[in-house]
Amino acid sequence: MTQSEATLALTTNFGGAILASNDFRSEKTLTVSREALHSICLTARDTLGFDYLVDITSVDHFGDEPRFQICYELYGIEHGVHLRLKISVSEDDAEAPTVSDIWPTADWHEREIFDMMGIRFANHPDLRRILMWDGYPYHPLRKDFPLAGKPSEMPDVAFTNAAPLAGGPFVSLPTDGITQAREPRARSAGDIAPKGQIPLEP
Amino acid sequence: MSTQNPVAYDSKVEGNIIFTQVDAAINWMRSNSLWPMPMGLACCAIELMAASSARFDISRFGAEVMRFSPRQSDVMIVAGTVTYKMAMSVKRIWDQMPEPKWCIAMGACASSGGMYRSYAVLQGIDHLIPVDVYVSGCPPRPEALLDGLMRLQKKIMGEHSLEDQKRELLQTL
Repeated sequence: MTQSEATLALTTNFGGAILASNDFRSEKTLTVSREALHSICLTARDTLGFDYLVDITSVDHFGDEPRFQICYELYGIEHGVHLRLKISVSEDDAEAPTVSDIWPTADWHEREIFDMMGIRFANHPDLRRILMWDGYPYHPLRKDFPLAGKPSEMPDVAFTNAAPLAGGPFVSLPTDGITQAREPRARSAGDIAPKGQIPLEP
Repeated sequence: MSTQNPVAYDSKVEGNIIFTQVDAAINWMRSNSLWPMPMGLACCAIELMAASSARFDISRFGAEVMRFSPRQSDVMIVAGTVTYKMAMSVKRIWDQMPEPKWCIAMGACASSGGMYRSYAVLQGIDHLIPVDVYVSGCPPRPEALLDGLMRLQKKIMGEHSLEDQKRELLQTL
Protein backbone atom coordinates (compact mmCIF):
# COMPACT_ATOMS: atom_id res chain seq x y z
CA MET A 1 0.00 0.00 0.00
CA THR A 2 1.40 3.35 -1.03
CA GLN A 3 0.01 6.83 -0.62
CA SER A 4 -1.25 7.02 -4.22
CA GLU A 5 -2.90 3.60 -3.97
CA ALA A 6 -4.72 4.68 -0.84
CA THR A 7 -5.83 7.93 -2.47
CA LEU A 8 -6.97 6.08 -5.57
CA ALA A 9 -8.96 3.58 -3.53
CA LEU A 10 -10.69 6.38 -1.65
CA THR A 11 -11.47 8.40 -4.80
CA THR A 12 -12.95 5.40 -6.59
CA ASN A 13 -15.09 4.45 -3.58
CA PHE A 14 -16.13 7.95 -2.49
CA GLY A 15 -15.71 10.00 -5.66
CA GLY A 16 -18.30 12.68 -4.93
CA ALA A 17 -17.44 13.02 -1.26
CA ILE A 18 -13.81 13.94 -1.89
CA LEU A 19 -13.87 17.66 -2.54
CA ALA A 20 -10.17 18.36 -3.03
CA SER A 21 -6.84 16.64 -3.04
CA ASN A 22 -3.59 18.35 -2.21
CA ASP A 23 0.02 17.22 -2.41
CA PHE A 24 2.64 19.17 -0.50
CA ARG A 25 6.14 17.77 -0.07
CA SER A 26 4.75 14.24 -0.33
CA GLU A 27 2.11 14.98 2.30
CA LYS A 28 -1.27 13.96 0.95
CA THR A 29 -4.32 15.88 2.10
CA LEU A 30 -7.85 14.97 1.11
CA THR A 31 -10.64 17.44 1.83
CA VAL A 32 -13.77 15.40 2.27
CA SER A 33 -17.39 16.16 2.98
CA ARG A 34 -18.49 16.06 6.57
CA GLU A 35 -21.28 13.57 5.90
CA ALA A 36 -18.96 11.00 4.32
CA LEU A 37 -16.15 11.33 6.86
CA HIS A 38 -17.24 8.46 9.05
CA SER A 39 -17.53 5.90 6.24
CA ILE A 40 -14.27 7.12 4.67
CA CYS A 41 -12.49 6.63 7.99
CA LEU A 42 -14.02 3.19 8.38
CA THR A 43 -12.81 2.20 4.91
CA ALA A 44 -9.39 3.68 5.60
CA ARG A 45 -9.01 1.59 8.70
CA ASP A 46 -10.57 -1.69 7.57
CA THR A 47 -9.52 -2.04 3.94
CA LEU A 48 -6.59 0.38 3.56
CA GLY A 49 -4.78 -0.48 6.80
CA PHE A 50 -4.74 2.96 8.46
CA ASP A 51 -4.89 1.49 11.93
CA TYR A 52 -3.40 4.45 13.80
CA LEU A 53 -4.98 7.86 14.26
CA VAL A 54 -2.02 10.11 15.07
CA ASP A 55 -3.91 13.27 15.93
CA ILE A 56 -7.01 15.33 15.38
CA THR A 57 -6.62 19.08 15.24
CA SER A 58 -8.93 21.95 14.49
CA VAL A 59 -8.35 25.30 12.82
CA ASP A 60 -10.37 28.48 13.26
CA HIS A 61 -10.53 30.50 10.02
CA PHE A 62 -12.25 33.38 11.77
CA GLY A 63 -14.14 35.55 9.29
CA ASP A 64 -14.35 32.87 6.61
CA GLU A 65 -17.28 30.63 5.91
CA PRO A 66 -17.23 27.77 6.83
CA ARG A 67 -15.34 28.88 9.88
CA PHE A 68 -13.75 25.72 11.25
CA GLN A 69 -11.66 22.96 9.80
CA ILE A 70 -10.87 19.64 11.43
CA CYS A 71 -7.78 17.67 10.37
CA TYR A 72 -7.34 13.95 10.90
CA GLU A 73 -3.83 12.54 10.67
CA LEU A 74 -3.92 8.86 9.71
CA TYR A 75 -1.05 6.41 9.72
CA GLY A 76 -0.69 2.70 9.02
CA ILE A 77 1.79 0.92 11.24
CA GLU A 78 2.00 -1.99 8.76
CA HIS A 79 2.72 0.06 5.61
CA GLY A 80 4.04 3.30 7.11
CA VAL A 81 1.93 5.65 4.98
CA HIS A 82 0.57 8.96 6.23
CA LEU A 83 -2.72 10.46 5.07
CA ARG A 84 -4.47 13.64 6.16
CA LEU A 85 -8.22 14.13 5.97
CA LYS A 86 -9.85 17.53 6.38
CA ILE A 87 -13.46 18.50 6.85
CA SER A 88 -15.04 21.93 7.08
CA VAL A 89 -17.51 22.83 9.78
CA SER A 90 -19.58 25.98 9.80
CA GLU A 91 -20.18 28.02 12.92
CA ASP A 92 -23.98 27.78 12.80
CA ASP A 93 -23.85 23.99 12.69
CA ALA A 94 -20.64 23.35 14.60
CA GLU A 95 -20.94 19.61 14.73
CA ALA A 96 -18.90 16.77 13.28
CA PRO A 97 -19.36 12.99 13.36
CA THR A 98 -17.30 11.20 15.96
CA VAL A 99 -14.63 8.71 14.89
CA SER A 100 -14.07 7.45 18.41
CA ASP A 101 -15.92 4.24 17.49
CA ILE A 102 -13.30 3.64 14.78
CA TRP A 103 -10.17 4.69 16.68
CA PRO A 104 -10.78 4.80 20.45
CA THR A 105 -7.96 7.34 20.82
CA ALA A 106 -10.21 9.89 19.13
CA ASP A 107 -12.26 10.10 22.32
CA TRP A 108 -9.95 12.52 24.14
CA HIS A 109 -8.86 14.35 20.99
CA GLU A 110 -12.46 15.19 20.24
CA ARG A 111 -13.06 16.22 23.82
CA GLU A 112 -10.14 18.62 23.54
CA ILE A 113 -11.50 20.11 20.32
CA PHE A 114 -14.90 20.47 21.96
CA ASP A 115 -13.31 22.19 24.95
CA MET A 116 -10.96 24.52 23.09
CA MET A 117 -12.89 25.24 19.87
CA GLY A 118 -16.49 24.51 20.75
CA ILE A 119 -17.20 21.98 18.01
CA ARG A 120 -19.56 19.25 19.10
CA PHE A 121 -19.14 15.63 18.03
CA ALA A 122 -22.28 13.67 17.25
CA ASN A 123 -22.55 10.27 18.95
CA HIS A 124 -19.46 10.87 21.07
CA PRO A 125 -19.69 8.59 24.15
CA ASP A 126 -18.57 11.19 26.72
CA LEU A 127 -18.43 14.73 25.38
CA ARG A 128 -17.19 16.74 28.38
CA ARG A 129 -14.55 19.42 28.68
CA ILE A 130 -11.11 17.91 29.15
CA LEU A 131 -8.77 20.82 30.01
CA MET A 132 -11.02 23.51 31.42
CA TRP A 133 -13.59 22.71 34.06
CA ASP A 134 -17.24 21.90 33.47
CA GLY A 135 -19.11 25.18 33.45
CA TYR A 136 -16.32 27.36 32.03
CA PRO A 137 -18.28 29.57 29.62
CA TYR A 138 -15.81 30.10 26.75
CA HIS A 139 -13.83 28.18 24.14
CA PRO A 140 -10.38 29.72 24.51
CA LEU A 141 -8.70 28.62 21.27
CA ARG A 142 -11.19 30.49 19.09
CA LYS A 143 -9.68 33.46 17.31
CA ASP A 144 -12.24 35.88 18.76
CA PHE A 145 -11.22 34.91 22.30
CA PRO A 146 -8.67 37.41 23.66
CA LEU A 147 -5.21 36.12 24.56
CA ALA A 148 -5.48 37.66 28.01
CA GLY A 149 -8.62 35.68 28.74
CA LYS A 150 -11.94 36.80 30.15
CA PRO A 151 -13.14 36.94 33.74
CA SER A 152 -15.39 34.13 34.84
CA GLU A 153 -16.55 32.79 38.17
CA MET A 154 -17.78 29.41 39.33
CA PRO A 155 -18.09 29.49 43.11
CA ASP A 156 -16.08 26.75 44.88
CA VAL A 157 -14.78 25.40 41.57
CA ALA A 158 -12.63 27.94 39.77
CA PHE A 159 -12.41 31.51 38.62
CA THR A 160 -10.49 33.32 35.90
CA ASN A 161 -9.33 36.89 35.42
CA ALA A 162 -8.00 38.69 32.39
CA ALA A 163 -4.21 38.67 32.49
CA PRO A 164 -2.40 42.04 32.34
CA LEU A 165 -0.74 42.09 28.94
CA ALA A 166 1.14 45.40 29.36
CA GLY A 167 0.89 46.28 25.69
CA GLY A 168 1.58 42.68 24.64
CA PRO A 169 1.40 40.03 23.27
CA PHE A 170 5.17 39.66 23.35
CA VAL A 171 6.26 38.39 19.99
CA SER A 172 9.68 37.68 18.53
CA LEU A 173 10.13 38.31 14.83
CA PRO A 174 11.30 35.66 12.39
CA THR A 175 14.48 37.44 11.34
CA ASP A 176 18.22 36.94 11.10
CA GLY A 177 18.74 40.51 12.25
CA ILE A 178 20.49 41.67 15.37
CA THR A 179 19.63 40.28 18.79
CA GLN A 180 17.61 43.37 19.71
CA ALA A 181 15.41 42.85 16.64
CA ARG A 182 14.83 39.23 17.58
CA GLU A 183 13.95 39.98 21.18
CA PRO A 184 10.31 39.35 22.15
CA ARG A 185 8.50 42.69 22.46
CA ALA A 186 4.96 43.95 22.61
CA ARG A 187 3.86 44.04 18.98
CA SER A 188 0.66 44.15 17.00
CA ALA A 189 -0.05 42.23 13.81
CA GLY A 190 1.07 45.10 11.56
CA ASP A 191 4.56 45.15 13.09
CA ILE A 192 5.62 41.90 11.56
CA ALA A 193 8.02 42.66 8.74
CA PRO A 194 7.40 41.34 5.22
CA LYS A 195 9.36 38.25 4.27
CA GLY A 196 13.02 38.90 3.57
CA GLN A 197 13.04 42.34 5.10
CA ILE A 198 15.24 42.62 8.15
CA PRO A 199 14.04 45.20 10.66
CA LEU A 200 17.00 47.27 11.73
CA GLU A 201 15.31 49.16 14.54
CA PRO A 202 13.97 47.04 17.37
CA MET B 1 28.65 38.68 73.76
CA SER B 2 26.49 41.21 71.99
CA THR B 3 23.87 42.95 74.08
CA GLN B 4 21.33 42.57 71.25
CA ASN B 5 21.58 38.78 71.18
CA PRO B 6 18.38 37.41 72.74
CA VAL B 7 20.07 34.11 73.58
CA ALA B 8 22.73 34.32 76.28
CA TYR B 9 24.82 31.28 76.94
CA ASP B 10 28.13 31.08 78.71
CA SER B 11 29.22 27.54 79.30
CA LYS B 12 31.80 28.42 81.95
CA VAL B 13 29.34 30.20 84.18
CA GLU B 14 26.04 28.55 83.46
CA GLY B 15 26.68 24.95 82.54
CA ASN B 16 23.53 23.58 80.94
CA ILE B 17 21.36 26.62 81.51
CA ILE B 18 20.38 29.07 78.77
CA PHE B 19 18.84 32.43 79.53
CA THR B 20 16.55 33.71 76.81
CA GLN B 21 13.14 35.17 76.09
CA VAL B 22 10.23 32.86 75.30
CA ASP B 23 9.70 34.58 71.95
CA ALA B 24 13.31 34.05 70.98
CA ALA B 25 13.18 30.40 71.97
CA ILE B 26 9.94 29.83 70.10
CA ASN B 27 11.30 31.56 67.01
CA TRP B 28 14.51 29.54 67.17
CA MET B 29 12.58 26.30 67.38
CA ARG B 30 10.13 27.23 64.65
CA SER B 31 12.68 28.48 62.19
CA ASN B 32 14.88 25.41 62.49
CA SER B 33 12.17 22.84 61.96
CA LEU B 34 10.15 24.21 59.07
CA TRP B 35 8.25 21.28 57.66
CA PRO B 36 7.42 22.07 54.04
CA MET B 37 4.24 21.29 52.20
CA PRO B 38 5.64 20.64 48.70
CA MET B 39 3.11 22.20 46.35
CA GLY B 40 4.91 20.93 43.24
CA LEU B 41 2.96 22.01 40.17
CA ALA B 42 5.54 22.21 37.37
CA CYS B 43 9.25 22.06 36.60
CA CYS B 44 10.18 24.03 39.75
CA ALA B 45 9.21 20.91 41.65
CA ILE B 46 12.17 19.11 40.05
CA GLU B 47 14.50 21.72 41.56
CA LEU B 48 12.64 21.40 44.86
CA MET B 49 13.38 17.67 44.76
CA ALA B 50 17.01 18.40 43.96
CA ALA B 51 17.16 20.78 46.93
CA SER B 52 16.07 17.99 49.26
CA SER B 53 18.45 15.38 47.88
CA ALA B 54 22.05 14.72 48.90
CA ARG B 55 23.91 17.36 46.92
CA PHE B 56 22.05 20.41 48.21
CA ASP B 57 20.55 18.80 51.30
CA ILE B 58 17.74 21.00 52.58
CA SER B 59 17.92 19.08 55.89
CA ARG B 60 20.90 21.24 56.87
CA PHE B 61 18.24 23.88 57.55
CA GLY B 62 15.76 21.56 59.24
CA ALA B 63 13.32 21.63 56.35
CA GLU B 64 13.78 18.12 55.02
CA VAL B 65 10.54 16.70 56.40
CA MET B 66 8.35 17.02 53.32
CA ARG B 67 4.83 16.53 54.60
CA PHE B 68 2.27 15.49 52.06
CA SER B 69 -0.46 16.37 54.49
CA PRO B 70 -1.14 20.08 55.00
CA ARG B 71 -2.11 19.39 58.62
CA GLN B 72 1.49 18.60 59.52
CA SER B 73 3.29 21.33 57.62
CA ASP B 74 4.55 24.81 58.44
CA VAL B 75 5.62 26.28 55.13
CA MET B 76 3.97 25.82 51.76
CA ILE B 77 6.47 25.91 48.91
CA VAL B 78 4.43 26.73 45.82
CA ALA B 79 6.73 25.39 43.12
CA GLY B 80 5.35 25.86 39.64
CA THR B 81 2.61 27.26 37.44
CA VAL B 82 -0.67 27.78 39.26
CA THR B 83 -3.42 27.32 36.71
CA TYR B 84 -6.90 28.59 37.44
CA LYS B 85 -8.05 24.98 37.47
CA MET B 86 -5.61 24.25 40.30
CA ALA B 87 -5.89 27.59 42.12
CA MET B 88 -8.80 26.79 44.42
CA SER B 89 -7.20 23.48 45.39
CA VAL B 90 -4.00 25.27 46.40
CA LYS B 91 -6.07 27.72 48.45
CA ARG B 92 -7.92 24.87 50.10
CA ILE B 93 -4.72 23.07 51.04
CA TRP B 94 -3.36 26.35 52.44
CA ASP B 95 -6.52 26.78 54.52
CA GLN B 96 -6.00 23.29 55.97
CA MET B 97 -2.53 24.13 57.26
CA PRO B 98 -2.48 25.00 60.97
CA GLU B 99 -1.12 28.33 62.19
CA PRO B 100 1.60 29.49 62.31
CA LYS B 101 2.21 29.00 58.60
CA TRP B 102 4.36 30.61 55.94
CA CYS B 103 4.50 30.51 52.17
CA ILE B 104 7.38 30.56 49.71
CA ALA B 105 6.51 31.36 46.09
CA MET B 106 9.19 29.48 44.20
CA GLY B 107 9.95 30.65 40.69
CA ALA B 108 8.55 33.13 38.21
CA CYS B 109 5.21 31.37 37.65
CA ALA B 110 4.23 31.09 41.29
CA SER B 111 5.36 34.67 41.94
CA SER B 112 3.77 36.44 38.97
CA GLY B 113 2.44 33.99 36.40
CA GLY B 114 5.83 34.04 34.69
CA MET B 115 5.75 33.65 30.96
CA TYR B 116 2.14 32.52 31.04
CA ARG B 117 0.23 35.72 30.38
CA SER B 118 -2.80 33.77 29.33
CA TYR B 119 -6.39 32.83 30.08
CA ALA B 120 -5.40 29.69 31.96
CA VAL B 121 -2.85 30.82 34.54
CA LEU B 122 -3.26 32.66 37.84
CA GLN B 123 -0.95 35.70 37.75
CA GLY B 124 0.87 34.94 40.98
CA ILE B 125 -0.20 32.85 43.97
CA ASP B 126 -0.26 36.03 46.09
CA HIS B 127 -3.68 36.73 44.56
CA LEU B 128 -4.99 33.94 46.78
CA ILE B 129 -2.65 33.38 49.73
CA PRO B 130 -0.16 35.64 51.52
CA VAL B 131 3.43 35.04 50.42
CA ASP B 132 6.41 35.59 52.73
CA VAL B 133 9.31 34.98 50.36
CA TYR B 134 9.46 35.17 46.59
CA VAL B 135 12.25 33.21 44.90
CA SER B 136 13.18 34.42 41.42
CA GLY B 137 14.30 32.15 38.62
CA CYS B 138 12.79 29.99 35.93
CA PRO B 139 13.28 27.58 37.55
CA PRO B 140 15.38 28.78 40.50
CA ARG B 141 18.41 26.67 41.29
CA PRO B 142 18.30 24.75 44.58
CA GLU B 143 20.71 27.28 46.09
CA ALA B 144 18.16 30.01 45.39
CA LEU B 145 15.48 28.06 47.19
CA LEU B 146 17.82 27.50 50.12
CA ASP B 147 18.52 31.23 50.18
CA GLY B 148 14.78 31.86 50.23
CA LEU B 149 14.43 29.42 53.08
CA MET B 150 17.18 31.15 55.06
CA ARG B 151 15.49 34.50 54.49
CA LEU B 152 12.26 33.03 55.80
CA GLN B 153 14.15 31.77 58.85
CA LYS B 154 15.51 35.27 59.38
CA LYS B 155 11.99 36.64 59.09
CA ILE B 156 10.66 34.15 61.62
CA MET B 157 13.46 35.10 64.06
CA GLY B 158 12.05 38.63 64.10
CA GLU B 159 8.49 37.65 65.04
CA HIS B 160 6.95 38.45 68.44
CA SER B 161 4.26 35.83 68.72
CA LEU B 162 3.98 35.75 72.52
CA GLU B 163 4.12 39.53 72.84
CA ASP B 164 1.40 39.85 70.21
CA GLN B 165 -0.72 37.25 71.96
CA LYS B 166 -0.35 39.06 75.26
CA ARG B 167 -1.34 42.36 73.66
CA GLU B 168 -4.37 40.76 72.02
CA LEU B 169 -5.40 39.20 75.31
CA LEU B 170 -5.12 42.52 77.13
CA GLN B 171 -7.14 44.24 74.42
CA THR B 172 -9.96 41.70 74.72
CA LEU B 173 -9.97 42.14 78.50
